[in-house]
Amino acid sequence: MKRIFLSLMLCGSIAAVNAQDNSKFEAAMKKNIDQLDSAHAKIMTGDATLMEAEANAFERIGNAEKDKWQPYYYAAYAQVMEAMFIKDKDKVDGLADKATVNVEKAEAFSPNNSELTCLRSLIAVSRISVDPMTRGAQYGMESATLLEKAKSQNPENPRVYMMQGQNLYFTPAEFGGDKEKAKELFQLALQKFASFKPATSVDPAWGEAYTKKLLGTMK
Amino acid sequence: MKHLLLLLTTGLLPILAHAQTTTVSGQVTDSKKHPLTGVNIAVQESYDGTTSGKDGRFTFTTTETGDKFLLVSLSGYQDLQIKVSLHGGNESVQLVMKQSANDLRLVTISAGAIEASSKTNTVLKPLDIVTTAGANADIASAIKTLPGAQQIGDKTGLFVRGGTGYETQTYIDGLLVRNPFFTEMPDLPSRGRFSPFLFKGTTFSSGGYSAAYGQALSSALILESNDLPDRSSSSVGISTVGVNLGLQELSKDKKSSYGVEADYTNLAPYFKLVPQDRATTIYPAFWNGSVNYRLKTSRTGILKFYGYLNTNKLGFTRESLEYPGYLELFELHNKSVYTNLTWKERIDDHWRVDLGVSYSTNHDKIKLDTINKREPVNVNNRSDLSQVHVAFSRSLGSFSSLKLGADYQYALENSGYNQYHMNYADHYTALFAESEISLAPRLLARVGGRAEHSTVLDKTVLAPRASMGYKLDQYSQLSVAYGEYYQKPEPDFIRWDHNLDYMRATHYIATYQKIATNYTFRAEVFYKKYHGLVKTVPDTTNGGTGYARGAEIFWRDKRTFRNVDYWVSYSYLDTHRQYLDFPKSVQPNFAATHTLSVVYKQYVPKIKTSFGLTYSFATGRPYFNPNMPVSEFMSQHTKPYNTLGFSANYLTTIRKAFTVFVLSVTNVTGNNLVYNYNYSSDGMRRQEVTPNAPRFFFLGMFMSFGIDRRQEVIDNQ
Repeated sequence: MKRIFLSLMLCGSIAAVNAQDNSKFEAAMKKNIDQLDSAHAKIMTGDATLMEAEANAFERIGNAEKDKWQPYYYAAYAQVMEAMFIKDKDKVDGLADKATVNVEKAEAFSPNNSELTCLRSLIAVSRISVDPMTRGAQYGMESATLLEKAKSQNPENPRVYMMQGQNLYFTPAEFGGDKEKAKELFQLALQKFASFKPATSVDPAWGEAYTKKLLGTMK
Repeated sequence: MKHLLLLLTTGLLPILAHAQTTTVSGQVTDSKKHPLTGVNIAVQESYDGTTSGKDGRFTFTTTETGDKFLLVSLSGYQDLQIKVSLHGGNESVQLVMKQSANDLRLVTISAGAIEASSKTNTVLKPLDIVTTAGANADIASAIKTLPGAQQIGDKTGLFVRGGTGYETQTYIDGLLVRNPFFTEMPDLPSRGRFSPFLFKGTTFSSGGYSAAYGQALSSALILESNDLPDRSSSSVGISTVGVNLGLQELSKDKKSSYGVEADYTNLAPYFKLVPQDRATTIYPAFWNGSVNYRLKTSRTGILKFYGYLNTNKLGFTRESLEYPGYLELFELHNKSVYTNLTWKERIDDHWRVDLGVSYSTNHDKIKLDTINKREPVNVNNRSDLSQVHVAFSRSLGSFSSLKLGADYQYALENSGYNQYHMNYADHYTALFAESEISLAPRLLARVGGRAEHSTVLDKTVLAPRASMGYKLDQYSQLSVAYGEYYQKPEPDFIRWDHNLDYMRATHYIATYQKIATNYTFRAEVFYKKYHGLVKTVPDTTNGGTGYARGAEIFWRDKRTFRNVDYWVSYSYLDTHRQYLDFPKSVQPNFAATHTLSVVYKQYVPKIKTSFGLTYSFATGRPYFNPNMPVSEFMSQHTKPYNTLGFSANYLTTIRKAFTVFVLSVTNVTGNNLVYNYNYSSDGMRRQEVTPNAPRFFFLGMFMSFGIDRRQEVIDNQ
């Protein structure tokens, strides 16, 4: 009797710890996703240090959890954002390489994930800035191909259309950019955002405000 | 009661554990005590941790307890695991990280070589060759803006570090090219035959090159042809000198592609508009056709074929120096074929194979005539080259490698002078072996040799080569190179005298190089000793000697000014040679002591136009004046060479076709460029050697259609 009671107690206690772990994971993720947002605001002013700290924080969560793709997704996201905005172009490839490693880790737990393919496309775009004249064509093509793949993996993912639009929006017309086409894609992305439901509370859910902002610049 | 106690302790355990927090702080440095920023510090199996700040310092709190590992990581450094005791209160740690071996091992053998490719850490990109102002998309002309190359505008080829144009050889995918330039004309330079757009990589080596390349005394121009294109496309170009059409078709499975290109160039309209110094008898006209086929034979293998066919003609007269009042005629009809088939494959886990075969033939019919004075002379030259190249390479451990290979060339050199013929054939065989050995994490050595045998010279020689690279930090390295280089004398000497031997050059080079993404600095010193150069007076022998030494600096900067990219090359050259009919050892006519080039490129996004300027300067070159005593041989110098080239490229789209308008002008200011003086044999009259016109203007429009893109347009309608 004593033994049964004891083992029941222990079981209960382990279950409690597990439940707590999951809520701890969500809490830590949400806290860091919020901080990622503020890091975003800062990076626009040229301060990239917060992005590095956030990438590291997500890597720590990912390494401790071992089987979740989301922490590595955000770590890679933070690194690719830093690569996009960093002034010292010598560092871009290093950051893009780091982000790729994290995407690969995430893909090991979640293969065929449209969000991760979108991130791969962003990594390709980030590499262009090192030398637009020589790299533009190669990585522009790679980014477009990856977005097509992301679309086939999940046609309802609004970030696919947002990024397709973004590529056309920022590419100069003489290199194949097209503002009209970009506008259509942004509008399509907004429709998809309206009906998009992330699978969990820590899945990627960003981009709607940004799409509206870009659309706003075109009236 | 016992139960209650148990219940209490079990239930309380987590609470107790959470209640105890430890503050961990410290500093991370590298082995030289420099603080490291951005280091990720984590308590094993937990979220707790932080990132080190600018001074390498960090502090964080953790609720973990007991003996745990701190996991410390930063890219470019080896991961670190340190045990810490977490029992509440403060815990202080000093962390020292070591640079990871892989990062330090990225040493490259770079002495003597400047590479243009899309790989990272190269000095130039393939596009730089095309967009250099004043070069008119000619590979050799763009290379002339790099250190080591002379500004020679009256002879064909690349004159490098005191070497003649013949001493620079061109290789495509490892195979020697017998006629990389159009046929040489008297006192006028010829362009290269191959378009820079064919190559994904161009390496200009001004000395110290690998044992894989032979038969070049001074310099190797190493070209690597394109792989499969990203997509199908077609192109059309129209310019002031001609038209061109091209098509590249990529198969659906993206495993193979073929391409066809044709162009026609005719300078008649241009010459009628812009007066030329020499009177034209045949307007220069060129027909060019090429085909290519590329096949991915496996994940690691690629087969490439390139075939080129060209025919051209031109003719002009100028005043005779020898016979005043008469005209000297030069007329050329040329036919040329070049083919190249290569296959690269990984054969097993260790070995890679490179196979190549090539056949080329070049036929020149030249008419020389002092009109109405002497009997015309008909020169009929034909050179054929067939060759096989095989190389096997493998890695030895992670950082060393071995390469073994062989070359066989069969050359037919036929020359006719009116009814007289002087022909010969040569079988040339070479074996080479070379190994890159990682001696220490920062130190890479390349040691090898090349054994060469030519039947026409009936001699076998062994050419040792060695170079070394030492990485100073992430961006900079020191390199040194030594090598022996042999080359057969020019066909025109071998033709007449079969007892000749190889010419030989010994190279010593030391380089410091720093390459970051947006700037490059390179400084090089060299010493080159010539042996066995051809002497023609009193007899034809290998009795000529010579040396060249100098220092070169290259600076390229893309970061200082927005949308501006510029590079500066400076070369100092001290060279003497005693060869041909020279009465004594002197600085030859094709060498200037100081050479400077500044290439400036600026993109103006507002008008979608890029502008380029290239300024070149060289001090005066020695020339031979027969009226001077022998003691004063080649003591006079031409005036300094100064020229400015301009180009503008306007980018736009016309009905979805990417379109570039190109305008370029050489020698914008119209300076009188005097390369040399020719004297009549009695020394009574002389002629300035100058370009055919002070400037060359070019205006062209090039459109390219991506087929995928056209499909997209059709789909959307």
